[in-house]
Amino acid sequence: MQAHNFKVKWGMVIDLDKCTGCGACSVACRAENNLPPEVDAGNKLRTADWMNIYELSNGKPFPEHEVAYLPRPCMQCGKPSCSTVCPVVATTKDEEGGIVSQVYPRCIGCRYCMAACPYHARYFNWFDPIWPEGMEKTLTPYVSARPRGVVEKCTFCHHRFNAAKEQARINGEDPTALPEDAYIPACAEICPTGAIKFGDLNNAEHEVSKIAASDNAFRLLAKLGTDPQVYYYSKREWVRKLGDNYLKNAKGEDHV
Amino acid sequence: MAKCKSCVVLPFLIGLVASIVLGWWGFPKVLYSQKTQPIRFDHVVHVDDQGIACEDCHAFRDDGSFTGLPTNENCVGCHEDVQGEDPDEARYVTEYVEKEKEVAWLVYQKQPDNVYFSHIAHKDKFECTECHLDVATMSTPPVFYENRLSGYSKDTMKMWQCEECHAKNGASNACFVCHK
Repeated sequence: MQAHNFKVKWGMVIDLDKCTGCGACSVACRAENNLPPEVDAGNKLRTADWMNIYELSNGKPFPEHEVAYLPRPCMQCGKPSCSTVCPVVATTKDEEGGIVSQVYPRCIGCRYCMAACPYHARYFNWFDPIWPEGMEKTLTPYVSARPRGVVEKCTFCHHRFNAAKEQARINGEDPTALPEDAYIPACAEICPTGAIKFGDLNNAEHEVSKIAASDNAFRLLAKLGTDPQVYYYSKREWVRKLGDNYLKNAKGEDHV
Repeated sequence: MAKCKSCVVLPFLIGLVASIVLGWWGFPKVLYSQKTQPIRFDHVVHVDDQGIACEDCHAFRDDGSFTGLPTNENCVGCHEDVQGEDPDEARYVTEYVEKEKEVAWLVYQKQPDNVYFSHIAHKDKFECTECHLDVATMSTPPVFYENRLSGYSKDTMKMWQCEECHAKNGASNACFVCHK
């Protein structure tokens, strides 16, 4: 598949040394994107968390034991596995900025994309979205609620991108050249430790592109060649190594 | 075997005409229900007689979003009490302003929930009336045709119309440009 070359490439860098695993990003995401209350939050095969948090462990006994937390949004891959397998073109990577779209009324719920996504970033709506009486007031009009039977995923709060462009237009500015802080997803905005940074990876001025260029930056399962637009950062080597499926007896130390 | 030419042609013609009438006139009649606005809002009185500009009621907010239709907040500036002779105005004041209830205006261009449309992205390139009915010149709001099957207005722009215009003007037709 021919990958698109966008002028702007929205990207995220998550500093895993700053992340405390508090879950604020996940909560903000749910509220922002109209995720309904879970029917059974204990059944992780049926729950949805666009911003899911994984716990990493270095596997060593005390006192060498260390943990890290890894928030996992949609990677907005440069070469998405999901959009190539979608039989109805419900998910595409065709918009300037490189955010992988998901059009819910178009989705037929076949879940090929979920099988294709190596990051488990996609979720199927197993149940009708029901907000208990009174809770419907928490719904925002900016994100369409999804019915049962379709797949959904993180969109980098795409509605905030649209809002930023509208703001730029009324200010008489160029909507295609947004300043660094004009568009930020809910998770990055709420992160109390500032672990989540957001910006244009193609713009050398933006902090994300500077951190992404660091030796301590890596991407999840980079070996697969999906070219994610989400980077992680950690000074701890064992964390960086967990970013890819390194076998215990693997040779070489190349982590991307 | 038919005995004469007209025995074949005539029923065919009658059938053809009946099908055309049924398809072009009858079916739309059945498909669309006709609704009228809850209040007969007179644009001419407001625009021509009172000299109110369109932007006074249909404005952009500071964040670039569009207000669409005005709410009672806009209207009570003048219609705290009945101003004229129009019975619909009196009804508006007694049934809505005094009861602090918003008018459930029928929106001719209402789009589905999963559609995102930015007015400000279009306003410099197009006149409002290229997509909207020219209500500013109407004393009586036009009939609202509601599709009985979909529940949408007949005047709601279809996706192919959006796409066609985007393609012709070199605007992106990526899914997320218009969908949310």
